[in-house]
Amino acid sequence: MTVAPTPAGKPRSVAPLWRDVRVLRVAAQIVVVALVLLIGWLLWSTLSDNMAASRLSFGLGFLEQTAGFEIAQTPISFGSTDTFARAFAVGLLNTLLVSISGIVLATLLGVVVGVARLSRNWLANRIAAGYVELMRNTPLLVQLILLYVVFLQLPSVANSVQLPGSIFLNQRGLFMPRPEAEPTFGIWAAVLVVSVLIAVAAARLAARREADGRPTYRLRTLGILALVALPLVSWLVLGPVAFDQPIQERFNFVGGVSLSPEFAALLLGLVIYTAAFIGEVVRGAIQAVRRGQVEAAYAIGLTPGQTLRLVVFPQALRIIVPPLTSQYLNLTKNSSLAVAIGFADVFSVGRTMVNQTGQPLSVIALVMGTYLVLSLVTSLFMNVYNRRVQVLER
Amino acid sequence: MRRPVLVPVVLLVMALVIAACETAQVTPAPGDTPPPGVDTPPPVGDTPPPAGDTPPPNGATAPPGPPTGGILAEVRSRGELICGVNSNLPGFGFPEEGTGRWLGFDADYCRAVAAAVLGNPEAVQFRPLSTDDRSIALQTREIDVLIRNTTWTLSRDTEWGLFAPTTFYDGQGMMVRADSGVQELTDLQGATICVQSGTTTELTLPDQMNALGVDFTPGVYGTIDETYQVYESGACDAVTSDRSQLVARRTLFANPDEHVLLDEVMSKEPLGPSVPFGDAQWFNIVKWVVFATIQAEEVGVDSTNVAQMRDTSTDVVVLRLLGAQDELGAKLGLDNDWVVNVITGVGNYGEIYNRHLGPDTPFNLPRGPNELWTEGGLLYAPPLR
Amino acid sequence: MTVEQLAPPQVSTGRVAWLRENLFSGWANSLVTIVLGGSLILFAVLLADWAVNQARWGVITANLRLFLMGFYPLDQAWRVWLTLALFSSLAGLSAGRSRLGPVRTLVIWFGVSQALLAGLAAVAALEAISIPGRLGQFEEMVAVTVAFLANAAIVFAVYWLSLRIQTPRWLLPLGWLASVPMTLLLLQGIGIRGLPLVSSSTWGGLLLTFLLAIVGIVLSFPFGVLLALGRRSDLPALRWLSTAYIEVVRGVPLVTLLFMAAVMVPLFLPGGVRIEHVYRAMAGITLFSAAYVAENVRGGLQAIPSGQIEAAHAIGLSTIKTNLYIVLPQALRSVIPANVGLFISLLKDTTLVAIAGTGLLELLGIGRSVLAQTQWVGAQLEVYIFISAVFFVLCYTMSQASYRLEEALGVGKR
Repeated sequence: MTVAPTPAGKPRSVAPLWRDVRVLRVAAQIVVVALVLLIGWLLWSTLSDNMAASRLSFGLGFLEQTAGFEIAQTPISFGSTDTFARAFAVGLLNTLLVSISGIVLATLLGVVVGVARLSRNWLANRIAAGYVELMRNTPLLVQLILLYVVFLQLPSVANSVQLPGSIFLNQRGLFMPRPEAEPTFGIWAAVLVVSVLIAVAAARLAARREADGRPTYRLRTLGILALVALPLVSWLVLGPVAFDQPIQERFNFVGGVSLSPEFAALLLGLVIYTAAFIGEVVRGAIQAVRRGQVEAAYAIGLTPGQTLRLVVFPQALRIIVPPLTSQYLNLTKNSSLAVAIGFADVFSVGRTMVNQTGQPLSVIALVMGTYLVLSLVTSLFMNVYNRRVQVLER
Repeated sequence: MRRPVLVPVVLLVMALVIAACETAQVTPAPGDTPPPGVDTPPPVGDTPPPAGDTPPPNGATAPPGPPTGGILAEVRSRGELICGVNSNLPGFGFPEEGTGRWLGFDADYCRAVAAAVLGNPEAVQFRPLSTDDRSIALQTREIDVLIRNTTWTLSRDTEWGLFAPTTFYDGQGMMVRADSGVQELTDLQGATICVQSGTTTELTLPDQMNALGVDFTPGVYGTIDETYQVYESGACDAVTSDRSQLVARRTLFANPDEHVLLDEVMSKEPLGPSVPFGDAQWFNIVKWVVFATIQAEEVGVDSTNVAQMRDTSTDVVVLRLLGAQDELGAKLGLDNDWVVNVITGVGNYGEIYNRHLGPDTPFNLPRGPNELWTEGGLLYAPPLR
Repeated sequence: MTVEQLAPPQVSTGRVAWLRENLFSGWANSLVTIVLGGSLILFAVLLADWAVNQARWGVITANLRLFLMGFYPLDQAWRVWLTLALFSSLAGLSAGRSRLGPVRTLVIWFGVSQALLAGLAAVAALEAISIPGRLGQFEEMVAVTVAFLANAAIVFAVYWLSLRIQTPRWLLPLGWLASVPMTLLLLQGIGIRGLPLVSSSTWGGLLLTFLLAIVGIVLSFPFGVLLALGRRSDLPALRWLSTAYIEVVRGVPLVTLLFMAAVMVPLFLPGGVRIEHVYRAMAGITLFSAAYVAENVRGGLQAIPSGQIEAAHAIGLSTIKTNLYIVLPQALRSVIPANVGLFISLLKDTTLVAIAGTGLLELLGIGRSVLAQTQWVGAQLEVYIFISAVFFVLCYTMSQASYRLEEALGVGKR
């Protein structure tokens, strides 16, 4: 609330102490702080007594102990003989992995949805609207569980669906070849750099000759040709990248990269859920760009695509960023629902650790602190970006 | 002009009163209680701050028992026993379909404790717990006793709470599809194995497989339902748990005959009740309730003949057990007919076992090590005297 | 430029013209239409085939009572109905009193959705009668059907009455506020004959979902207003504490707070004091949503022009009176739609108690426990789709009403 300053005309000396605003202000604050401290102290003392009685303890010493449990999805190697700290790191990485990829994909899909909501194509418009309402009015948790149930009903390993390019889909996930750099990769990379340099040099030269009115001898085309042809030919000759193919063994596919159904369900669920919200943000922002801007763009001969890209989006971006930030934060926090479908994110791992370490408070504080830091970092990052967008705009 | 003002004021004051009633105990809101003062939000300026230590009128059930009376006094003043159980394990802990009545071996041991303490085997509040939540429920004294097919280990005995004697001797097993051709653990090279998190089996699995040199992919799930649903869907090649649990959950599969247990037993899994630290009397009660059911079977006392045995038996062991002689119940702080209540309520060990796991049940588990010591098993109750 | 070059706008009204305009206005547009339309039809056909030929909807009808009110004892079910009748009367009264169209829409939907549930119960009754030995379920479901229809009738009857009979003005707000403690008291009982105690562990299904959300939003409202005022206060201690609370709560996921409430609370209580799980979950939800209410209200407070406050001081109102008579009435009015939005997310978020270790069986939790029944193993899709549909009907109605409320209140237009 905005509190008005003491009315200037009032003679202050007349007011007794208990009606003196300055005294009351200080007193009020002291009372509040004292009250908070008192409640905190009461809780804390009960807590310490109870912890002692139950042989629980504070501290983070347990992080160095052996975890003893297995984790199903491990972006870094993890075994039951590793420490709790490493287990926590695995959970954190999983959370980061799903949040970051989720944010990127949800943004892309969200923009598509937002544009589709404004499409002049009636069907696209209606489908987008239906999708948005469906996503926004059902609980994310139920959506995630549903997706996971559907994923588990995919064919078994023996009957995997084979997609082009040695990609296999079955109820244990999506298995893809993993690109691996061969020794010749360095040479190919060098060729790539050289061809880029050639193309740039050619374009510059052409521009200079053009400015001087001299013939350009199709230098630009030649440059582009070099950019395409050199890496392509050298790729074919050198074979700089080999693919580690997934191979079906007795029980599982071995090799390649795989996407577990838990991860896929969580990622997909978060993306389609958040994209609906981002779609609405994008739609609102585009609608907020004045109609005259679009008409002016058409009037100077821009195509609809160019209008969207060069006129509407840059202006819409200014409005989009703050609500988009809160959607990103929501996505990160919502990734904690992973616990419902057995994906080892930071909260799931934390829950197992609560059970195994006997230090529930430390673990839960660690987990909540992690989410707080993630939220703060995301906000910070988006605020910096927001400032840049705003500056560019004006 | 009056109305729009009145509405929010009434709204705020009323709601705050409710808030104080409902959530005072749990929500000592930091920084939100306005002090009386010029600059503070007016509508609620003089509402008393949420009290820190008065129990709310409803919502909290605060037994007025003596502060140091221990769990026994708490249970008595509450009038019911809060027992942590499994909610998804037929044979051990499972609400009956339709009625919601809790059935199972473990559920009956909850009733046995309630019968001994309160004289009424039905005075139990069953608290379903997942494997991940049971330790904390015991540590925070959320429950009076945990009887949830929980394995007794040294770490748990020192970190979770005190373990009363084992009620069910089990071992870790492995279930696979019959048509998978897997005969022994080493056949599982490269397989995906489902296991439930927060269990001893989760910890034993990597130990055993590493020792055998078998590489496997773990599939770790938070709930028992999920673990078996994922296995049944085919996303895991095998599932590991206590053998009794594998047998029990197999009966829930669409085609139970398509799944077999490997012969290998991977670990010892003694399952039994546990109680919170720091209450020796309560620990003794739970411990001796278990022993009493074993002793009753040994001396032939069951739910059909218990009254008659107390009145007519000449065996001093039986008379002591049933409280017709000596004051054993008083030593535990219980009524002297505590064992009579237990046996009348749920029966002796053999009756409990047969009711839920025996030949007339879908599980038909042989007693094996859960036979009396006199029959070559491991059940052995110290003398009740 | 000559005027003649501009053709007059063509108003084409024919069906073909509409199709050409909206679906096939160019080759790209046509392609989009065909691809989208084709996939939509394919999806719809597959879904319909599954829903009609494969799905075992019996899992819903056979367990309808569980989905509606959990394990609440059957002989005490009248209390649940009384609660619902209370809300139906209040809703009808609100519709009659309110000058806002959206409120009426909402209330009519409330009546209609009860009629829908009555229909579902009737289906369950019909199904039960076709199976021998299910007479109990038949009778139960007939009772449920009648009760729902009666409640729907109450909504409209009270609405009709309130248009004709003058009721005191304070009745409506007081009624709504009193409804929460009354509901809890009624459901829990006071341990006398006729109103025995019913353990809150038996509350479940839709009943619990609603209880959690309604209690959460009602209790968090005053708390949130205080936080918002605190955050805008010029007393640093108050401002910092409020800000810290709001930011910390908004920075962590709800599920971690619920987990805290579910498993950590006993550690903060002196020995012997217990709080039922359901009240802890309510507390967790309240503490969580208060931070969001606070941010909504802060938005409303910021929208009040400072001239209003200055004017209030000029005519001699104290700070308290300024807030009470000038600032809050306007600010709270403008945040109603935002709070409806919050209520919708809260309603959806109650599903989180199913995974936070609370042991509470709200709609999703009941769904999971139904799936553990032997004869319904594997009917996951049916159960989860049903749960989604229930939420969709509830949330969609409310969100539509909220949009229209926004327009009716003229939010953002002043």
